[in-house]
Amino acid sequence: MTNTLKPFALSLSKGRSSTSKKGQGFDKLSPNGKRDITRRKLLNGAALGIAGGLLSGCDMLNDSQSFRKMLRGAESANFTVQRSLTDRQALATTFPESAISPVFPSNGTKEPDSAAYARFAERDFAGWPLIIDGLVENPLDLTLEQVRAMPGQTQITRHDCVEGWSAIGKWTGVRLSHLLEQVKLKPEARYLVFHCADRLYGVPYYESIDLIDAHHPQTILAWALNDEPLPIGNGAPLRLRVETQLGYKHAKYVVRIEAVSALGGVYGGKGGYWEDVANYAWYAGI
Amino acid sequence: MADKQQDTSRTSVKRHGLATRLWHWTNAVTLLVLLMSGFTIFNAHPRLYWGDTGNNFEPAWLAIGTSETRSYVRINRTKIPSTGVIGHWRDDAGRVQNWAFPDWATIPSRYDLAAGRQWHFFFAWILSVSLLLFMVFSLFNKHIANDLHMRREDWSPRNIAATIWHHMSLRFPKGREALRYNSLQKLSYIGVIFIALPLMIATGLAMSPQMNAAIPWLPELFGGRQSARSWHFIIAFALVAFFLVHMLMVLLSGPIQQLRGITSGRVSIPLESAE
Repeated sequence: MTNTLKPFALSLSKGRSSTSKKGQGFDKLSPNGKRDITRRKLLNGAALGIAGGLLSGCDMLNDSQSFRKMLRGAESANFTVQRSLTDRQALATTFPESAISPVFPSNGTKEPDSAAYARFAERDFAGWPLIIDGLVENPLDLTLEQVRAMPGQTQITRHDCVEGWSAIGKWTGVRLSHLLEQVKLKPEARYLVFHCADRLYGVPYYESIDLIDAHHPQTILAWALNDEPLPIGNGAPLRLRVETQLGYKHAKYVVRIEAVSALGGVYGGKGGYWEDVANYAWYAGI
Repeated sequence: MADKQQDTSRTSVKRHGLATRLWHWTNAVTLLVLLMSGFTIFNAHPRLYWGDTGNNFEPAWLAIGTSETRSYVRINRTKIPSTGVIGHWRDDAGRVQNWAFPDWATIPSRYDLAAGRQWHFFFAWILSVSLLLFMVFSLFNKHIANDLHMRREDWSPRNIAATIWHHMSLRFPKGREALRYNSLQKLSYIGVIFIALPLMIATGLAMSPQMNAAIPWLPELFGGRQSARSWHFIIAFALVAFFLVHMLMVLLSGPIQQLRGITSGRVSIPLESAE
């Protein structure tokens, strides 16, 4: 993921040499006479131009706002179709203890770079705050100890990163719906925004989910991984688990949950750190 | 004058139906874009595994190895040097890049996972919908029954052996005989239409966390999510192999006529064989 931000020069004239090699093979294979070969050469030239044009054309289309908007229509289709055709409350597959990955990788922020976080880490995150506010009837100002004292839920699930890798971990935490019962969402609340203590490349990390995922029975605010307090690399002391979506939705280092009616006014407006900085899909169920 | 001569000795006959031609050219674009945007996605984590899980701390059956000067593709224990092409190559500005697939093979040409996924999903929808439409149309216009159906004689080992021999000796049917698919053609088209492409869609969906929750047996069908990802990659390369053989066959059997047939739907054949 870190590589997403690497700057790369656009190359608009790539692939020519390999295309022309293919063109030579074309000629050799031709069983026909000389006149035909000249015609072939003409076709080759055209094919070469088309191939070169196709490749640079793809980059031009990629940089076109309206074309990208059209491509993103497929992401909306993924969301709409999955939400309407599949069971929204379906449980992610759970695994036996024996399937737990020996090492659970850490991705994105490995350790939040702030003095405040370091001070919390020194004392095992005693007194770590969790604020739940926004469009709620009873805002809450909790501590880690209070969250850990709430009814817990443990699940052994597979974590799928958008990059392609997977790992299985045993997560323990409090169901998000349990917290929502206490704060009582106002009717106009549509999304929950998870504010995090870490900054990635200087930008605060955050994520958001809608109320369907918020009420999913496996959506928890986890404080333990594999029966140990959450390691710093995996989001200590509190992280979101939203098991039917890809890893970047699982906000780490959570300090505040804010109920909002729309995402447009929050940070970059697209509903999450990666959504804002790199155009990732807000819905990451696929 | 040549035209007049052609008119008397050759005749134009129907070759491919409209649904077949439209789907063929849709696929030509769609599969290429899916392959190249798929390479962009693969570049995010260029390792493949078997089972449910797989990450940098678990053994991969396929991985890209890079050093400062060289690179290789490792498949199980076999290391295939790939310096200059995969894992260690130079971009147009002459800078060394360590992404698995090089810029000329990916969409977009620079690494952008989110954009690669957008291209991939958009064209995956086109692939799925057009495949479904093609299957339905081919059922009703009898393309499946008349052209693709493996008849009893197509299955005879003698027939298959003869067809293989004809291919190997580069003797292709001419005239009227060239208008019907031989047993190898039927098998490869059936393999692509009814096996490989549906498997690409199924293994693709098997990687989706929401699909995993909704249809838990889907990834298990392939041996787990990471196995499904491996199969997605392997079948993609099987389709590339099909494409290469397909191109070779087109070139060897008369590319102009073949292109004419798959575009306009008609080919010209010698008059005597049409009678």
